[in-house]
Parts: sequence; C-alpha cells; structure tokens
Amino acid sequence: MGYLYRSRRKLAAGILFVLVWLVVQAGWAADYEIDVTNPFLNKIPLAVPLFKPMAGGEGETRLAAKGADLLAASLEFTGYFKLLNRAAFLINPDTYRIVAPGINFQNWTTVGAELLVTGGVLLQGETVTLELRLYDTVQEKLVVGKRYRGRADGYRGMVHRFCNEVIFALTGSHGIFDSRIIFVTSSKAGVKDIYRCAFDGHNPQPVVANEQLNLSPAWSSDGKWIAYTSYAKGKPDLYIKHTTEKRGHQVLKKGTSISPAWVPNRLELAASLSHTGDPEIYLLTGTGKVIRRLTENRGIDVSPSWSPDGRRFAFVSKRSGTPQIYIKDTASGESRRLTYEGKNNTQPSWSPRGDKIAYTAIEKGQINIRVIGVDGSGLRQLTINSGDNESPSWSPDGSLLVFSSTREGPSRIYVMNAFGTDQRRLLTLPGKQSEPQWSSRLGNL
Amino acid sequence: MRKSRWIYVALLLVVPGLLLTTACAKKKAPKSMEPVQSEQTTTDAGDVQTGDLDEAARQKELARNLFLNEDVYFAYDSYALDGEAQGVLKRKAEWLQTNGDAMVLIEGHCDERGTVEYNLALGDRRAASSKNFLITLGIDAVRLATVSYGEERPVDMGSNEEAWAKNRRAKFVIK
Repeated sequence: MGYLYRSRRKLAAGILFVLVWLVVQAGWAADYEIDVTNPFLNKIPLAVPLFKPMAGGEGETRLAAKGADLLAASLEFTGYFKLLNRAAFLINPDTYRIVAPGINFQNWTTVGAELLVTGGVLLQGETVTLELRLYDTVQEKLVVGKRYRGRADGYRGMVHRFCNEVIFALTGSHGIFDSRIIFVTSSKAGVKDIYRCAFDGHNPQPVVANEQLNLSPAWSSDGKWIAYTSYAKGKPDLYIKHTTEKRGHQVLKKGTSISPAWVPNRLELAASLSHTGDPEIYLLTGTGKVIRRLTENRGIDVSPSWSPDGRRFAFVSKRSGTPQIYIKDTASGESRRLTYEGKNNTQPSWSPRGDKIAYTAIEKGQINIRVIGVDGSGLRQLTINSGDNESPSWSPDGSLLVFSSTREGPSRIYVMNAFGTDQRRLLTLPGKQSEPQWSSRLGNL
Repeated sequence: MRKSRWIYVALLLVVPGLLLTTACAKKKAPKSMEPVQSEQTTTDAGDVQTGDLDEAARQKELARNLFLNEDVYFAYDSYALDGEAQGVLKRKAEWLQTNGDAMVLIEGHCDERGTVEYNLALGDRRAASSKNFLITLGIDAVRLATVSYGEERPVDMGSNEEAWAKNRRAKFVIK
C-alpha cells in the first residue's frame, strides 16, 4: 500500500514537472511573437543602434545615421515597439559587431531590449549596399536578415522593405511601409487641393491642385486611379484621374456626384449620385459609366465603404430619420442598420481585416471616432475631449487609423492605433488638412 | 401750311426727339450716375446694378434685391420647409411670376457640423425641396437649376448656434 502511494506521488510530480516545462517552453516561444488581437498594450522593447559604415567616409556615415533613424521611426510608427534610447546602449558604436556570433547579446538584454536590429552600409559611388538583421536578444538568434543593393536614392525604400520583413516575421502579415495617404488641404477659402504623402507623412505632393474646390479623394486598390469630387465645372461632379498618366474620366450628371469608394481589387467604384433628384448609391465602371443602382430609398444615401471581399458595403442613410450607418449585401440585396447609439453617424470605413467599421459620431455637439463590430457588437469610442475628430480610414493591415482632428486648432491629419492609443499628428501643411484616405499596399518600394 | 398743321408737325418731330434723348440719357446713366443701391451680393457675379431715380424702377430693384438676399432657412439636419420658409418661397414665386424670363440657380448650403459628404447630399436636398415647392406654386421646373455647396461656402465663419443657423440655407441666384 505504502509503495503504491509513493509511486503515485512520483507520477504526480512527474506530470507536474512536464506541465511546468511545457508552459515555460510556450512562454519562451511566445517571447517575440506579437499578439495581433491586442498588441499595443505590451510594446516590445527594440534597440536600433546606428548602422555601421563599412568603408568609412562622410557619405556613408551620414547614410548610416539616416538609415538607423528612419528604421527606428518607421517601426515605432506601427505601435508594436518601444524604441530604446541609444544614449543608454552599452556598446561602443565604433567597434561593436553587427553579425552574430560576434554580438554580445547580454549588452542588449541588460538595457531591456528583446529585439535588436543591426545594419551595415557600404557606399560605392552611387551604389549602396545595405545589410540588415533582426535578432531576438533573449533567444540569441537571427529572426530575419537581408542584403539590399541598389542606387543610393532607393535607400529609403530598402529600409522600408526590411521593415515589411520585420513585421511579417513577427505578425504573419505584411507591413504598411509601401502604402500612402491621400488627403485634402486648403490654405484659402473656396479652394481645396488633393495631396498625397508616404505612410509616415513624408514628402507631401500635390495630386490635384487647380485653384478649384476638390473633395473626398479615394484610391483604387492598385493605386493607379484616384476618384474625387470637384467643382471645376461649377457643381459637384465626380472625376476619375490616373495617378501617373495624364488621362481620366468624368461623371458630369445633374445634381451631386460624390463620395466615391473603389471596390477592392476591381476597377469599379460606388458613388452617391443625385441625378434622379434623390442621392442614391450606384455602382460605376472605372470609366464612370453607371452599371447599376445599389440603394433604393427616398432620402439621403451616401458614403459607401466596401468590405474587403467586395460583397458588402457600409453606407450612410437617413431612412430612419437621422443619418445612421447601414450594411448592404450586394448578393442578397438586404440592408440592415448597424448603428443605434447617437443621432448622427456618418463616414463609415470598413477595416481591411473585415471585422470592424470605424465611423464619425456626432453627439451633444462633439465629433469623435467610434469603432463597431460588423455584427454590431463591441462599440468603442476612440477619441474624447480632443476637438473634432472625423473622417477615419484604416491602414491596409487594419492596425492603424488615419483621421482628421482639430485638437490643435486648425484641422490636421492624425494617426492612431486600432484601439485608440498613440494618437499623433502625421504632418503639417499651411491651412487646414482633412478627409484622409489610406491606400492599399502599393508594392512600390 | 396752316398754323395748326405746323403744330402737329412740330409735335411729331419734338416728342420722339425728347423720347430719344431721354433714352440715350438712360443708356448713359450707368456711367455717370452712382447706383442707388450698393448691395454686395457675392454670388451675383457679372450682373451690373443700375441705379435709377425712377420710382417704378426703384421698386423693381428693391424686389430684385429682396429676391437675391432673402434666403430660405432650415433646421439642423433637415430639408423640411417650415412656415417661414414657405413664406419666403411664396415671395420668390411671386417675383418669378412677375419676371417671367428670369432663370435661377438655387444653392443648398449646410452648417459646418456634419461631415463633408453628408452635407453635400443634405445641401442638395435643401435646394431640391425649395425647387419642388416652387413647382407646386406654378413655376416652370426648367427655370430652376439647383446646386449643393454642402458646408463649403458658409456665409458666417463662426462656430456657434447663430452662425450655424445662418449657414443652413437655400440661396437664390439669377443666372
């Protein structure tokens, strides 16, 4: 009897040991994987020391510093990482090694880094060679390493390609570093221009700047076309313009032709047209010809936004008395109301992940961004007590939102994480900026 | 000729002569005289105000200015016409009946609250409501064009109830 008792205890101890071992292993394995369901609360500490100039020389040293700063800022932009201060690093920037096994990982774990990116830059004439490596400092192993070689003016693109690799390695989905943001800017009354910039606000460029009132820009999925509303002919007409070649199409019907929204991965778009006397949503070809009507309801129907599979769209309708957001299935033709809180819900933006819709809610004189599940659950408000916040648009991976905010006074373009944290300004131009739209991944690095 | 005949000849020559000179004077008036009314109507591009001391013409001018400056107002997020709005439109209809060949553009506007695209659609409906009411009062639809400016052309740049109320309007412009 006693013998059995002792062996049962050993068995229990044995099982307990195995369980503990499994849990600990799982803990270690999850060390550098990002939980995409709520990743922004526990940012991963990341160290990006200055890149090493491989041959020396002023040009190379400058590129080395620029590259490290750009990579750090770009990864920080995603909201997944906490960038550690270089001043606290224990390494000697002149002599430290950028390739394991030469790396002393304890130097990094001591300052709290769980991830490390090292870089080496070689500049030969106009050609730059850039080596980048992402290390897990705890497991002391290489996660991903790449070498890029090309013209020096493609340097920024190289850094961003590696950033995409980092995000892919850690989350399983591609990063947003090859996406762009299009928006409206106005520095004098009655004139609104359309501009675009990189995902981080870099290099703003005019897209439509013709001394007219231009509104509501929208990118096609392939990034080759922009649709927008313009008063160039004295009334709100819809224009479809190629982004690089000088060609385009126009919808010059009676009434308002507004709020374009391209169908994902197709050269078709939905827009609100009121040529029959009542604003309804129609499906149009990429050349502006009406294919068919999508809504049938007297009263205002406007602002379509497509689901990522292009089968459903969210839109604004006043059919129940106040502007609310509805979802329509194009196959079944059925519409259902999505928003019930508040008397003014507009500007829906369907997340590329398919599960959530961001929109603008006006309640008690305050204008704020809210997010709701496509099934109507999980309503949250993402902005509060920070001026008027409107016009949300998701990043192509559904992890970030771009929107406009008047919290500083004049309307500016802001970015925040999908859960509403890390709200920061994207860029500043003279006058006011508004109506931002985030492109797909354009693959143009 | 007999004296009486000469009188007739004289009248025949003089009266048209007088009329002709006054007509010429009328044509020259815009250059030499100040306009009686000097209203600023920002949407009245290209139209010349003619000042005239003739009472009938002055009344005509007052009526025209009222037509241009009296806007139709709307409640927040609404394109319904209340009693006052209908009164304004009745006066517009009267003017349009009197000035049978006038063609107009009805502009629909919104206050800054509400979002850009929704307000473009709302402005469109405000212009359409006004047009439809005028049609029920017998005005030919062909004479009434509409356009929406959404929240893009406020008349008052303030951010308060008073400014917003002024901006929620349908404005009439003579083409």
